[in-house]
Amino acid sequence: MIVAERKPIQEILSMISGLRKILILGCKGCVTVCSAGSEREVMILATIIRMGRKKKDEPIELVERTLVRQCDPEFIDQLSDSIGQFDAVLSMACGVGVNFLADRYPKTIALPAVNTKFYGVAEEQGVWSERCAGCGDCILNLTGGLCPVARCSKGLFNGPCGGSVNGKCEINPDINCVWQLIYDRLKGLNQLDKLDEILPVKDWGVSSHGGPRKIVREDLKI
Amino acid sequence: MVTAEIGPGKGTDVGALLEDASILKDRVDGINVTDMQSSVMRLGSMAVCHLLRDMEIDAILQVTCRDRNRLALQSDLLSAWVLGIRNVLALTGDHPTLGDHPQAKPVFDLDSVSLLEVIGKLGAGVDVAGNELKGATGFLAGAVVNPGADTEAALDLQIVKMEKKIKAGAQFFQTQAIYDLDQFEKFMKRVEGYRTKILGGVILLKSAGMARFMNKNVAGVFVPEHLIKEMTETKDKVKTSIEIAARLVKGLKDLCHGVHIMAIGWEKRVPQVLDEAGL
Repeated sequence: MIVAERKPIQEILSMISGLRKILILGCKGCVTVCSAGSEREVMILATIIRMGRKKKDEPIELVERTLVRQCDPEFIDQLSDSIGQFDAVLSMACGVGVNFLADRYPKTIALPAVNTKFYGVAEEQGVWSERCAGCGDCILNLTGGLCPVARCSKGLFNGPCGGSVNGKCEINPDINCVWQLIYDRLKGLNQLDKLDEILPVKDWGVSSHGGPRKIVREDLKI
Repeated sequence: MVTAEIGPGKGTDVGALLEDASILKDRVDGINVTDMQSSVMRLGSMAVCHLLRDMEIDAILQVTCRDRNRLALQSDLLSAWVLGIRNVLALTGDHPTLGDHPQAKPVFDLDSVSLLEVIGKLGAGVDVAGNELKGATGFLAGAVVNPGADTEAALDLQIVKMEKKIKAGAQFFQTQAIYDLDQFEKFMKRVEGYRTKILGGVILLKSAGMARFMNKNVAGVFVPEHLIKEMTETKDKVKTSIEIAARLVKGLKDLCHGVHIMAIGWEKRVPQVLDEAGL
């Protein structure tokens, strides 16, 4: 899933300073799963904003709503009748949702209430961590299913750097060296020969470095 | 074969740096110039290597993948060649978060293995995209290896990477600092028969505190307790440091093809180390 985290409340308050009527818009997709922008977080954020504005004697009118997804026209277009009445929409979806709001509603101010962090997993209750970098050309078949692009601090393709110590990363001993994990896993799978091959230099053109990406599936178009 | 190392400083004053180089000049076969070591922004390796060439010193250009993408790396390598630089040491590079600009965007477009391949391609007259060059390079390419990896699995992994580097064109290796000759001997047995030259790394111990700091913070460096004790109990730290380094140099030269001395500010002491080691 896409993992996000709510922005600090002071940053949100300063973003909406001077605005009088706002739609706080949650999303039932990824940000609900990672508890950053669900119906519940919309309610909590609305409560905090009301308190903050009341304290400054600048009351604000807030409407709370949560869409099934903000990354799909089917759902984002449900706002078309009501969106004109708001000074701004404060989206609790990932950055994709904020962008899509801005794309679909040219006259509406679209603001982000969360920082979109990464594609990751829920390691345990309340802990999420990165697993994929969306680099556009998956090589997990060569690395035991563990990604050096997303999980090596330097994104190295041919083994660890000299900073790998006791299986930990040089930038932080709490981070596992993914090359050590890859090695241990391939050894366990009896596939260490996969490490003999020098991986070719990566084509970053298929990642975001090649410009904004797009997929067109003619077979699915109507 | 003896190589040493100098680290450019922060700023344009090269006085002390070139003085160190001139002290080393007649005692070593080549001098590495570091590429913004520890991810601290400094004067560049290529400019200093060029100054060393003017002093008729064989310079070894350290190139990391941290700050330059494949365009910049290749262009810099061509530039180094036309400036008379003939040796390159390919490294991954420390992560920027460890240095003095921790908010910088790291590059790592290539890694040390693919950088070695690129050096080979430029030598064959083509760039990494397959375009022909008008005038090729001809670098002697080297790499690094850490023989003191902490665990068996970590050492296996170092050796896997070393093999890749050799396959990618590394003609020589300079190792991380070695303080345990028995452990290094075991490493040399494991890499016996590899078609490359290995220069064992020596870092001059300046104090017991420095030894403890390295044990705690520097990947793959382990200073045994008896050396720390020697540095603690001595009345003359410089003398003891030189004695320890000379012992290591003596031991290493019989185990591998040479030594690489990293004096880290004590370059002036290197001739004494070599004298005591009989080199």
